Amino acid sequence: MALARLLLPERVAAGEVIAVRLLIQHGMETGYRQDIGGRVIPRNVIRLVRCTLAGREVFVCEPSSGIAANPYFEFPVRVLQGGEWLVQWEDDAGVKGEWRQAMTLA
Amino acid sequence: MAHADRRGCLQVGLHLAAAGSLTLAAPTVLRAQTTPMLTLAEMTAPLVGGAPLRREGVRLELPALADNGNVVPLRVAVRSPMTDADHVTRIWLLSPRNPVTRMAVFHLGPWSGRAEIATRVRLAGTQEVVALARLSSGEFLYAQAEVVVTESACLDAG
Repeated sequence: MALARLLLPERVAAGEVIAVRLLIQHGMETGYRQDIGGRVIPRNVIRLVRCTLAGREVFVCEPSSGIAANPYFEFPVRVLQGGEWLVQWEDDAGVKGEWRQAMTLA
Repeated sequence: MAHADRRGCLQVGLHLAAAGSLTLAAPTVLRAQTTPMLTLAEMTAPLVGGAPLRREGVRLELPALADNGNVVPLRVAVRSPMTDADHVTRIWLLSPRNPVTRMAVFHLGPWSGRAEIATRVRLAGTQEVVALARLSSGEFLYAQAEVVVTESACLDAG
């Protein structure tokens, strides 16, 4: 199940600073809405997003209910080496997601 | 008359909803406590403490008018060489009007190469959003940008 998309530039050279775009599929329920029965829908937002490239941590974000549904992040990374991107996230319900993607240098 | 018909229709709808037999009623939005607009000092003090705080070096790009408060694109760029000795360590997105003031925290470092992030936020109405950056020297920089939100993310707070 594809729950995230990681967009990288087509060609990446060592030493280059690239812009990485990350989109995660998640409702980011705020905790302020009610269902049709009037019951409050409990808050369930992604509370931590962590990205590593070849085992090295390159980006961390702690979102809240103030981040839109299907959160989108764009962040820079200075690429030292190619390898596997690993994106991990966890929401209030304790559900963990991860996305792996290989990146080779030009 | 079109208006009378519409009103009649609505009344029928309301009665059905009241009777609990209308299963397709749209979910209503809970009235979040209307929080008063926070000042810059109230938002930043818990993060900054007594460290120096200056309004410079940060560019916060927001649309001047956001039709939909649920998805407001935003970009923050901090002027920094991003070297081991001098870099941005954190960027906070702060909202004076949202029920949750700290919308997001980003951890950056020399490995970022540039101090620039973009995301999409939810805004509970017209307000001046703050981007606060902490430098490796312990200093804080910030930028403020006003955004007019026509449809709030929290319907009551708009």
